[in-house]
Order: sequence, then structure tokens, then C-alpha cells
Amino acid sequence: MWAMIVKEFRQLRRDRRTLAMMIVLPVLLLVVLGYAASFDVKTVMVAVAGPQSGLAAGLLKAPSFDITQSAPGRGRAWAQDQLRDSHDEMAVVTGGTRPLVLIDGSQLFAARAALTDLAGVRYHVGFTGTRPSSVSPKVVILYNPGLTTSDIMIPGLCGVVLVFVGTIITSLGVVRERQSGTLEQLAVMPLRPRDVFLGKIVPYFLVATVDLAIVLAVGIAIFGVPFRGSPATFALGALLFLFVTLGIGVLISSVSQNQGQAIQLAMMTLLPQVLLSGLIFPLTSIAAGVRWIAYFLPLTYFNEISRGVMLRAEPIAALWQPFVFLAVLGAVVVTGATLRFRGYLAPAGHRRGGGTAAPVPQEAGI
Amino acid sequence: MREPETGPAGTNWGATELYVSHGRTVALRGVSLAAPAGQVTAVVGGDGAGKTTLLRCLAGSLGPDSGTVRRPPKERSGYFPASSGIYEDLTVAENLDFRANGYGLPRKAGRDRAAEFLERAGLSGVAGRLAGHLSGGMRQKLAVIAAMLHRPDLLVLDEPTTGVDPVSRSGLWWLIARAAAEGCAVVLATTYLDEAERCTSVLVLDGGVALASGTPDQIVSAMPGALRAVPAKPAGDEAALSWRRAGRWRLWDPAGLADSAEHAAGRPPAGSANGAIVPDLQDAVTVAALARQSGVLTGGAA
Repeated sequence: MWAMIVKEFRQLRRDRRTLAMMIVLPVLLLVVLGYAASFDVKTVMVAVAGPQSGLAAGLLKAPSFDITQSAPGRGRAWAQDQLRDSHDEMAVVTGGTRPLVLIDGSQLFAARAALTDLAGVRYHVGFTGTRPSSVSPKVVILYNPGLTTSDIMIPGLCGVVLVFVGTIITSLGVVRERQSGTLEQLAVMPLRPRDVFLGKIVPYFLVATVDLAIVLAVGIAIFGVPFRGSPATFALGALLFLFVTLGIGVLISSVSQNQGQAIQLAMMTLLPQVLLSGLIFPLTSIAAGVRWIAYFLPLTYFNEISRGVMLRAEPIAALWQPFVFLAVLGAVVVTGATLRFRGYLAPAGHRRGGGTAAPVPQEAGI
Repeated sequence: MREPETGPAGTNWGATELYVSHGRTVALRGVSLAAPAGQVTAVVGGDGAGKTTLLRCLAGSLGPDSGTVRRPPKERSGYFPASSGIYEDLTVAENLDFRANGYGLPRKAGRDRAAEFLERAGLSGVAGRLAGHLSGGMRQKLAVIAAMLHRPDLLVLDEPTTGVDPVSRSGLWWLIARAAAEGCAVVLATTYLDEAERCTSVLVLDGGVALASGTPDQIVSAMPGALRAVPAKPAGDEAALSWRRAGRWRLWDPAGLADSAEHAAGRPPAGSANGAIVPDLQDAVTVAALARQSGVLTGGAA
């Protein structure tokens, strides 16, 4: 048994990545999860509209409520748009006999917090000049009236499926060529690097698209998740997101020697995306020290797009930010992946920058 | 990426004064090789001699630090890498189909060519089998016919016969000889000197340096000194100049006179009165390596 133990430790020492994963990952997970794992929304962002905006704003106290917008001249339509476009999580429309409170049900945890906090407010809502008695507001939950979890999870899961196929399966497929030694064969065949790159990626792209369609169909048919927005906007978001994840997959494979390493790295990109993208824990609940990571994760942006489009019918104009970020991430990742891939296939030896003075072997002078 | 020099059919493919270094290790130091069309050129040498590096340069999967490589364009070259380049999770037919498509053969021509080569290699019966389930010899044969499927002008084979049983080896040789007979320039690496003896010309590599080159006969007759059979491992300085072959010890005497008359007469290498041995290619290659390692001959490689 001793022989096995010694051998195992020797191998483990050589496999730096596994070692790093064993030591660094638990610590990282603990820290990240410790700060991220919270469903508590402490502050609900509110827009107030209508003639008594000031009064309503005064009743909604910090820190439970944060009045981000006040528009005395606007009405219900404006207020609803603020929720649809994700500017706020709750809107109060005054001016009627009873104030109307709109809550964005697609922000599940914020909505629940808002309902709880409103319970305290309700009894004090007294509208001077109308009646001496207190008036309770009319509460309407939009976009996810039942506050069901599946409604917000399935749009996000679409993204996870795309990450799974895009990153994990792709990185495995590309690294397999290297592991089996067939990459060298590809390098000498009369194929352009671009052909090899695209030829390698297109099948996974198609598989991911089919997967996405299945998840969507199941979500809509079995879980009754609504799809209220524009399929074209959703498709464009999915396309951009898929580019990013496929690019990450190729990048991972280009720094991995075998499938084991590729899986490890792919999991390391999947884990933070699942935990920190707002898929499970609301972004606003994540401590700021960890939250910034979320803004480098493509799933964060895809989540915004898929939830926005599917649940709130958010138009593309309101979603320009996640679209731009995804496009930038995609451009960076795909460029990097293409360059790495080209390096694979082009004859090595004299690496890039062949103009620099190469060390001439001493024997060359003879 | 620099374009390889190309020329009309019958051009001498090859390499001139190649220098290649992998990080700090210098893999090739000024190695040249000619690969005439219709001939089989062997690259021999021990492990780490630089055979694979030279072949990768010829095939175009590695760019040299300096020196020139003369090879046909990619679609007219064929390469059997040391890793064989076969997809184990594709069937024999699917592997060939991929190559035919990749090299731009028309569908019909590709299928006919695959059938013809499968027949030649005796693999027709296993066309539907996964390449990963083939025996070692069959897999090597598949890799060789996959490399020659598009009838390249230059065929580069990295140890196609290593680890293959004698019957499969002769089958592979038949395939290779036939490709050469059809006008292909074949360059192959091998560790078997009996195979090298059958080639038109041989390049002997050791430590990234060309020790000798020419026809097998030229290499043998150019061997400096003489060989003697000795009953036991010699002591002292001579130990470094001796080796064991076929159960007997051979000693190289750098200053000895070669028995060229006997060699010309083609007498079998039998021990004469003073134990002199007529060298063969294996002896010549061993001597060349010993001479370099022991520094007996200060002239270095020609």
C-alpha cells in the first residue's frame, strides 16, 4: 500500500492543476458562496409616479425602499415600463382613489421583499384631504403573478445549457484532436485554419441550438413558463452568448493537454457563472466585493436578456447594455480563440515575429 | 507562413541545412536531405536523433529556424505522423472518407480510391470496423493508406513499421514500394536497419546531426577503419569502441584498413583469421554513432 501512496502523491505533485483545484477551489467557493449565497433583498428599488409622488416617496422608507425615480407627471404606463426595462423592481402610481403598487414578479426575491415590507407600510398610508382613515394600496404583481420559481429559473437554465454545450463539450472536442495526435494531421492537410476552426465549432453550435429549443419547449409546455417577448431578440441574444461560450471552449482546449484538464477548466468557468450570474442568487444580494465578478460573466448578461424577453417582453432597445457587453466579450474571446487555434495549426518553430533576430546556432558559421 | 518552393513533377523534394530548436534543445543542426521522386529515402537513427523533427519539417507541420524545405503544396503532400493521425472513434471507411474530402477528392473518385487502397492493404473486410478496434498492424496500414490516398508527390512516413509484426511489416513495405513505383517521393523514418537497407538512399541522424548519407552501399564502404570480432568485451579504451551483436562482441578499429576487396566480392561477413568482419549497414551506422560519441574522428559529419 505504501508504494501506491508514494506513487499517488508523486503524480499529484506533477498535476499542478488538480492540486490547485483541491486547495484553491474550496477556499474560493467558501468565500464566494459566503458572500454570494443570499436570497435577501434588503433594498427594493422603487419608481413613484402621479400627483402624490412626493407623499408616496416619503412613506417608503430607506433602507427597505430606495426611490430611484419620481415622476409626478406620469402615470401607470410609464411606471410599468420602468419595471419592464428593469430600471426598478417596484412602482407606485398615485392619483387614483387608492395608490397602485406594481411589483416586478420576475425579480422574485425583490418582489417577495417588497411584499413583506409593504405590509408594514400599508397601515400608515393615510391620504390627507380624502379620508381620515388609512387606505391600503392596490398591489399588482406583474410578469410572474404567482411568483413561481420555475418562471425565473428556466430562462436562466437556457443559458446554463448553452454554457454546458458551448464550453464543456466544445473544449472536449477540440482537445481530443490534440490528445489523439490528429491535430498534427489536420495541420498538414490542405485546410485553412478558419475551415478547421469553423468546422470544429459548427456542429456544437447546431447541437447547442437544438438543446436550447428543447429546453425552451419543455419549459413552456411543462412548466408553463411564458414567452412574452420577441423571439428574434431572444435568438440574437442566444447567438451572441453562444459565440462567447464556444470561444471560451476553444480557449480552454488550447491551454489543455488532455480532456481531464479541459473538463477541470470548463467546470471552473461554469461554477462561477451558475453561482454569480444572478441565476440563483439575485445580483443585488451579492456583496459588492464579489459582485464585480458577475459583470465579467457572459451568463449574467444572457440572464438579463432571456428573463427580460421571456417574462417582461422587454424590447431590444432597453436591453442594449447586455447586448453590447455580450458582443464585446464575444469579440475578445473569439479573437483570442482564433489566434490560439491558428498557432496550433501553423507550422511552429519560428514563432510569431519572425523578423526578430533569431538565435543563430553556433555551427551555422562553419 | 512561408510558402514551400514548388516545382514540376519529378523535382527533388527535400531539405537543405535545416536548423530546428525546441526551446533550448537543438533538434537539428544543419541537416540536408534529398527525396527524389520514385525513390524511398530512409531516415535512421536512435531515439532523439531528430528523425521526427526532420519529417515534421518536410511534412510542413513544423517550421525550421533556418534552412529551406522543398516540398509540394499541402494538397500534394501526404504525412503519417508518429501518432498515426487516425481517428479511433471513426470506422476505417470513415477515416478514409475524411481524408478524401479533406484533400478535395471528388466523391466518386474518393470512394473508388479508398476501395482500391483497402484492397491493396488487405483491409477490405474491416472497412466498417472502428479504427480503435483494429490490431496494431492493421491500424498502421490504415494510417499509411490514409496518407497516400490522394496520391501525393511527397509522402512522409514517421516510423510506419514500428511495433508491427513481420507479416504486417512486409505488407506495409509492399504498399510503400508501390507508391514509390507510381512516382511518389517517399521519406520514411525507421529504427530497423534491415528496412533501411532496402531503401534507395539513407540518411543517418544522431543527436540532430547527419552522420552519413547516400545509398546503403556507399554508407558501408565509407565506413572508416575496420571491424573485428572479439571473444569478450574489451577492457580499457577499446570498451567504448565495442558493441555486442548477435551474441558476439565487435570491436571497431578506427585506424584499421577496410577489407574492401572482400566487401566488393560480396562475401558473407564471416570471421577470417584475424577475426575481421565485413561490415553491413548496421555496423556502419553503429560505428558512425560510436565515432561521434567517442570523438575518435575529429572531422565530424561531412
